[in-house]
Amino acid sequence: MKAGSLAMAFTYRLVTFAARNVPHSMKILVLISHVPDTTARIAFTNDNTAYDTSGIQFIVNPYDEWYALVRALELKEAQGGTVTTITVGGAETDPTIRKALAIGADDAVRVDTAPKDGHDVAAQVAAFAKDKAYDLILAGKETIDHNGSQVGPMLAELLDLPFISLAAKLDVADGKATAERDVRGDVEVVECALPLVVSCAKGMAEQRIPNMRGIMAARTKPLQVIPAAATEALTSTVKFELPPPKQAVKMIPAEEAGKLIELLHSEAKVI
Amino acid sequence: MSVIVFADTRGEKVAKSALETLTYGRKLASKDGASLTLVTFGDASVDKLAALDANKVVVARNIGDADSQQLTRLVADVATKEGATWIVFSHDDTGKAVAPRVGAKLNAGEVAGAITLPNDQGLIKRNVFSGKAQAWVELKTPVKVISLLPNSIPVEAATGTAAVEEYSGDLGTAKVTVKEVRKAGEGIPLPEAEVVVSAGRGMKGPENWGMVEELAKELHAATACSRPVSDMDWRPHHEHVGQTGIAIRPNLYIAIGISGAIQHLAGVNGSKVIAVINTDPEAPFFKAADYGIVGDAFEVLPKLIEAAKKLNAER
Repeated sequence: MKAGSLAMAFTYRLVTFAARNVPHSMKILVLISHVPDTTARIAFTNDNTAYDTSGIQFIVNPYDEWYALVRALELKEAQGGTVTTITVGGAETDPTIRKALAIGADDAVRVDTAPKDGHDVAAQVAAFAKDKAYDLILAGKETIDHNGSQVGPMLAELLDLPFISLAAKLDVADGKATAERDVRGDVEVVECALPLVVSCAKGMAEQRIPNMRGIMAARTKPLQVIPAAATEALTSTVKFELPPPKQAVKMIPAEEAGKLIELLHSEAKVI
Repeated sequence: MSVIVFADTRGEKVAKSALETLTYGRKLASKDGASLTLVTFGDASVDKLAALDANKVVVARNIGDADSQQLTRLVADVATKEGATWIVFSHDDTGKAVAPRVGAKLNAGEVAGAITLPNDQGLIKRNVFSGKAQAWVELKTPVKVISLLPNSIPVEAATGTAAVEEYSGDLGTAKVTVKEVRKAGEGIPLPEAEVVVSAGRGMKGPENWGMVEELAKELHAATACSRPVSDMDWRPHHEHVGQTGIAIRPNLYIAIGISGAIQHLAGVNGSKVIAVINTDPEAPFFKAADYGIVGDAFEVLPKLIEAAKKLNAER
């Protein structure tokens, strides 16, 4: 009996020891945008009021995928937890969401509406996330179509959370996030207690190519479609335009390369 | 009625981007017959602040720019008290974090990265699709927030005799704190540079960057690089311009040994003048260039350095 209780006590100690050292398992939300491929043709329809999506391949916004999602997965793999993605858009975004699931997210949420503007995206995500107690909400630093850098900070404000922008590195320990930001040419190291919103930039993680197992698993992972909250548009994009075509390039023979400097000074007046 | 401009006034000289926002705010204020209030933070002297072109300056002394919640409370509080109709930021590292928050807090529409003043219909232009197109945006709310893309409008220098008021409201404690700042070293910060000398794989190896740096020095330029070069660690990551690096819009971008993939162009297509040096006459970058030289970087660069030295000696 004596030996047995000793063993039990020993086991008990081991368990408490382990419990104390198990990092807090994190609940992470990653914002995923559905955007035209980086090399997609840019053209507009309906009298230049809408992007022409015909024949266009859509992808996960690279900043959301390469940096936010992959870093979320790395944190989960190291510390335990869940990674949920959220996308605001119609059913046409489902293949993009499945791609994020194939890369490794556990489950996905789609708010079923065509977002009116950046604020609308933030408001829809906030309406979903407000009572879910996420420890960490990650977004790419911007989308490659609207380039607004708006949704992360707007979401942080709507949820009354702190926000770290342009993080190039992110670590979490003891309930605290530490991030490195490339700002004004310097590297700034900042710290903030969870929960918070982080916008992710280059450097945070390496791109992950989904493998066949991931792609198969993604088919059956939960993708919850929820109705949109009632919102009002604060802005509206009235029309698009393409930049005027560039004038033909002026070529200078290599032997007379120095002439370039003269032209930049006297003709272009930029030096 | 007032127009609010939020700007960073720290440092020896007031940054060009701050002066641009003041010029932008002054133009909005003149159009509406409104007064212009500058909201700022940090330790700039009262004399320095008073001399800026604003009717009033509100400065919060004891906060930095790491915590966007504090700055949001500051700007939103002043804007509400003054009944502001426009709130103008620079679309820089701080403005990108604070302007959208202020918009969300005040339920005000925001144009991120504006490149023009409002036109006759009140529409404001901004870049979309990584500079490959532009959009005209309408702000539908009574309070309107703008973040102005640096280098989009010329500074109209004006001096003022503004009353400087120290902000005394409660901004709460900072949740985001700065632990350490690692200085990148000397040189011109890339996003602020008016001239940028950039090089790519055509330079063959990091040991050959001396010529690039020398040309940059002669032209008072910042140095930049393409993605492969930063991925191979030939150059630091903060020099990488392009879709996944940083986007810049200098007056002059000189690209040496960079082919000009669409992802690279997305980071530099806002440049006013582009000069391209490449051995391959079919390099796509020539289509986006104003000036081009087909030639080997190792032959062309010494000629450019020599010409730049000559130009500097003459002026």
